[in-house]
Order: sequence, then C-alpha cells, then structure tokens
Amino acid sequence: MAAKGTVVIDKERCKGCGVCIVACPKSVLALAKNVNGKGYNYSEATIDECIGCASCAMVCPDGVITVYKAK
Amino acid sequence: MFNQDIVKPENLVYKRTDVLTDNVMHYCPGCGHGTTHRIIAEVIEEMGIQDKAICVAPVGCSVLAYNYFEVDSLGAAHGRAPALATAIQRLNPDHHVFTYQGDGDLAAIGTAETIHACNRGENIVIIFINNGIYGMTGGQMAPTTLIGMKTATTPYGRNVELNGYPLQITELLAQLPGTYFVTRQSVHTAAAVRKTKKAVRQAFENQKNKKGTSFVEVVSNCNSGWKMPAPKANEWMVENMFAKYPIGDIKVDGELVQK
Amino acid sequence: MAKELKLMKGNEAIAEAAIRSGCDGYFGYPITPQSEVMEHLMAEKPWEKTGMVVLQAESETSSINMVYGGAGVGKKVMTSSSSPGISLMQEGLTYLAGAELPAIVVNVVRGGPGLGTIQPSQADYFQATKGGGHGDYQLFVLAPATVQEMYDFVFLGWEIAFKYRNPVMILSDGAIGQVMEKLYVGDYVPRWTEEELRKNAPWASFGKPADRKHHIITSLELDSAKQEQHNHKLQAKYREMEEKEVRFEAINCDDADYIFVAYGSSARIAEKAMQLGKEKGYKIGILRLITLFPFPKKKIAELSTKVKGMLAVEMSAGQMVEDVRLAAEFRCPVEHFGRYGGIIHTPQEVLEGLEEKIIKRK
Repeated sequence: MAAKGTVVIDKERCKGCGVCIVACPKSVLALAKNVNGKGYNYSEATIDECIGCASCAMVCPDGVITVYKAK
Repeated sequence: MFNQDIVKPENLVYKRTDVLTDNVMHYCPGCGHGTTHRIIAEVIEEMGIQDKAICVAPVGCSVLAYNYFEVDSLGAAHGRAPALATAIQRLNPDHHVFTYQGDGDLAAIGTAETIHACNRGENIVIIFINNGIYGMTGGQMAPTTLIGMKTATTPYGRNVELNGYPLQITELLAQLPGTYFVTRQSVHTAAAVRKTKKAVRQAFENQKNKKGTSFVEVVSNCNSGWKMPAPKANEWMVENMFAKYPIGDIKVDGELVQK
Repeated sequence: MAKELKLMKGNEAIAEAAIRSGCDGYFGYPITPQSEVMEHLMAEKPWEKTGMVVLQAESETSSINMVYGGAGVGKKVMTSSSSPGISLMQEGLTYLAGAELPAIVVNVVRGGPGLGTIQPSQADYFQATKGGGHGDYQLFVLAPATVQEMYDFVFLGWEIAFKYRNPVMILSDGAIGQVMEKLYVGDYVPRWTEEELRKNAPWASFGKPADRKHHIITSLELDSAKQEQHNHKLQAKYREMEEKEVRFEAINCDDADYIFVAYGSSARIAEKAMQLGKEKGYKIGILRLITLFPFPKKKIAELSTKVKGMLAVEMSAGQMVEDVRLAAEFRCPVEHFGRYGGIIHTPQEVLEGLEEKIIKRK
C-alpha cells in the first residue's frame, strides 16, 4: 500500500537533534550525510512510508517539520 | 522528498504556528524548551488570545523566550517573574499573563515570589521547566538536581550532607489554597506533547474563568548539561527524573488528586 | 482646579496624591517610618473610587518587581519604602532604569547603615543619586521639604517619569513622612483609559494588536556594541534632564556672603539658622535643592564666585557636600555640617557649624 503522508523539513533550521527519528513509528527519518549552513546533519525522510501521523512534528523543538496527509 | 503531490494546503496536518516568531531559537539541539514554547504558542493561537497574552520571561536558558513568542513580553530579573505577572494581571484582569521559568529561577532565587503569587491565588499561568540543572551558566546544581547527579558544582554527585535534597516545589505549591491546577508533564514523546498541550490549554482556560493560579511543570532534558545526545537524554530523564518527579496531575479544579 | 484644605502626615499625602493623580497601582511592603502610605491607601479603598490596585507584597524585592511589571505594560505604578527596604529594591531599580520604565519610588529615609534606626536621616543621598544598583544609570530624584511637596511631587513625578521613560525617586525622610501639616489637595485626575495608555506609553507591552510586531520590555542586550549604544542613549537622556529639569529654590542668595546648601528637612532647619544668623549680622542665603539629580551644578558654580563660603547641611556624614564641592570647583570653601544616625540637627547647631567651619575658618 502506498504511503499517504509526507513531511517537509526546513533543513536550514533543523539542528539534527534526532528526537524526531526516535518518535517516528515507521522509521522514516534519519540524519542526512550532508550538513546544513549551521553545520548540523539535518533530519530527512529516507523511505516512502510516512503515514502523516505528525509524531515527528510534535516532538520537534524547533518546529521545522510540516506534515501533510492525503485525505 | 517523497509524495510531493500531497503537499497541498488541504492536506496539511501540522505546521509551525504563527504565534512563534521566525527567529531561530538559541536552544541546544533537542532541548525541551523549544517544544514547550511551541505548545504554549499553539494554545494561544487556538484560543485566539494573542492580543491579550503577555509573556514574562525569566533569567536562565529561556531568558530570550520573548524573542520567540509573537506576543507582548517582559524580561524579569532572576526569579521575579511571578511578581511582574501578579501586577500585570491585576492591572489587566482580562489578559492572559503567563510566566515561563526554569528550576533555578522558580525554585531557588524566586522561591518567595513563586510561593506568594501561588498563595495569593494570582490568576496567572506559570510554566515551569525542570531539567535539574542550571543550563545557561554552564551546568551547575539546581534545587531540583537529583541526589548523586554530577554537575559543575557537584562534580562528585549531589550529596545530601553538602547540598541538601532535591526540591519538589510543585508538590509544595499544590498544598497552597491559591493554586487551582497543578500538573507535571513532559515533552519527550508525541503522546507526552499532546498531554502537555492539553494541560497548558487547561491552564489558560482556568485563567479565562478566573480560577486562580495554574501551574504546569514540564520535566525536561538538558542535553548539554547532562552531557548526552538528545534521544539518550530523554531516556535518562524517563529512568531517573520521572522517579523523583512523577508525571501526572497533582491538583485539578482546586482539589488534590495525588497525596 | 478646586482646592481642598487638609491636615495630613507626609506619608498620607503621598497616598492621597497617588489616588488623586490617576495612579493605576501601588505595591508595597510595610517598614517604619513610611507604613502610613499603604495604610492610608488600604483605608481609602481606591479600587472602589478610581479602580486603582493596591497590594501588599511579600517583600520589597517583590513590590519593586510588581512595579516593573506594571510599568512595563504602561501603567502608572508606584511603591514606597524606607532605607533598608530601598536597599532591597536596588535590583529592581537598575532593571527599571535599564528597561527605561517610568515609575515612582518613594524613600522615606531613616538612619543607617544596616537596620540602623527608625529616626529621620538623609544618608541615602549617594544611593539615590549615584545609581544605587549596578551599571551606569540615574534615577530622577525629587526632594520634598513639606507635606505639600510630598503631595505635589507625585504629580510632577508622573510627568517626568513618562516624559523621560525613567524611574523617579521621591527622596523624603522620616521627619517629613511623619509630620502633620496642612496641605491643599486638588480634584481627582482620572486614570488613563486604554486609549490614553496606548497614546502615552506606545512602547509598552500591553498586549499585541494584530497590526504590529510584539513589544519586548527588557534590560538585556547580549551584543555589547548594541548595549553601548543603549548606554549612550541613557546618558543623552540624563544630560537632557540636567539641561532642562534642574529645580531649586534660592532664598536670599543675591547678596549673601554665605550659603547653606540643603534639601528636605535640613533646608527647613537651615532656614531657621539663617534667621538666627541674621540677628548676629551674617548675610546668609539658602540654596534649597528640589532635584538632587539633576543637580544644580550651574547655580552652585555661579554662587561660588560670589560668596565667602558654602555649608552643605545634611543629615549624613557628608554626601551631598561632595557634589557641591565638585560644582564649586574650589572657588570658595565648601564644608559639611550635619548630625546623623537618626539625630536631627538644631538651627543653633547649624549656625555654629557655619561659624566654626566657614566664618572663623583660618
């Protein structure tokens, strides 16, 4: 079954703390190998399994994650 | 990015609230301050009280909290936030005045202001971040530091003979007749965040109904002070901090629900 | 304006002035010899008359921070205390000055140091006029000499405080706080409406309307370059006060050989000493200071070229005398006379002080 959700991560504001990675029930997120302008390995979606539950956004201290879910 | 086609306004599930400013928060990666800020801002947005909300920021890591809330704000001297909030709320009874304070600010230097504001039953909301350490000054012992916990000023661990006991100020405040709602929450998981948001909402609703003091403690992490990555710090918090500072409501609608 | 004659203590006059000047809030903590301020307010119940808030705080630390909160949202707020309590308020005062907040703080001075005595003193001059707390800042300091001035200076205090966005201290003493005198009180000035508050304190954090960004009241600026700029701004404000707001009363100074420089209770005692001196043939004038900051440097400099000497009369071991000397720049002898530790000097003692230290000076 195709995934129904997706996340848009403001990678320049992400500090790479990783709490979203732990929070994701589908293990969609991981730290990128690249770093952003501040030198942080930012969080990114690595697999197409997002269900749009917004758990990652809930725990993100910097509010960098926007979540969408197909109706 | 996957599923670009569903990135449409009608599919939006969650986005950062406009009651937060665009400023990048200065907090360390994974710090619970940011999450708690977000929760407060979301509640202010949902209740439509941005024009009536007044933030009183503390001294400590969240000294610059006023840079992040798009609400009128004041920075208090260390520990004095409840005194400022008392006056502001009494002078503006229909406003939503809240203080945002850490453990050093609220439970050490500001103990008198905290206790007396709560005892008078000031119609204010107090958000109390407890991470058991002084973050801003470099990780020294806080009144809430656990026994045995190593900090910059307890390098061999907090020792009762030398440093006394961790202060459970929230339980103490719940004993005062002026407090109407006293709860302890956390922001380390999505479920915890939702509960904390509910508690913060309850606090502001109580204020709207002029019920007296609402006090929300958020047990939080200090990755830098505890010297751990954020996910690890959250695990340590669950194992150690929650044992001394158990999560849950302590006083609801003016009645103690925990001994 | 209709005037009504009353008999009141200086402390009560402060309270009466608060209510009648449209004060929004008073926050205080009891301490002798000024407790009548809050007692009078509580007895008058101004919340029923004008909507004014009156609250007894848990400490002076708290009451000055309540003032900081109220001032930060644009309200006319004040507190009062006496010396040990004012020491406790120094933290709040430097924050008020740093954040540029208007407020009135009344100090009914008693003898120190420490817990000292409950009797009158003028030994808080340095604390009041040289900052008191940390950092480069100035309070605007008014020195009432009568119960009428205790009343009038509350009204003047609001004008100055909001004009300059600066805390105003009314530096009184235990004698003026406790003495009963007649005074004229005027009609009630209404408290500001919300619209007036927005017009008179547009910078305040009164709640963010949709059409502007949030306001932040703070004394913190971590960027030192900006903090220096902020200090420049404060200093420019203090220089403007020195330019425009100096107030004093010059009595018989035009052809005087000797000048008593004094304020508050000491100015009244010096006036009697002046009369006693006249009987002995001395030509004495009095420069009664009304503003202690800004200090009347120019007037003292001018007088210093014309007279044979000045005596700074103050109930302290010699504080204001230093400013008089600086302004006189050694153009004439400047000496200090004063009893202290709660003792009030007599007119005879003051005159003897003049004779001994100035007139018979070798």
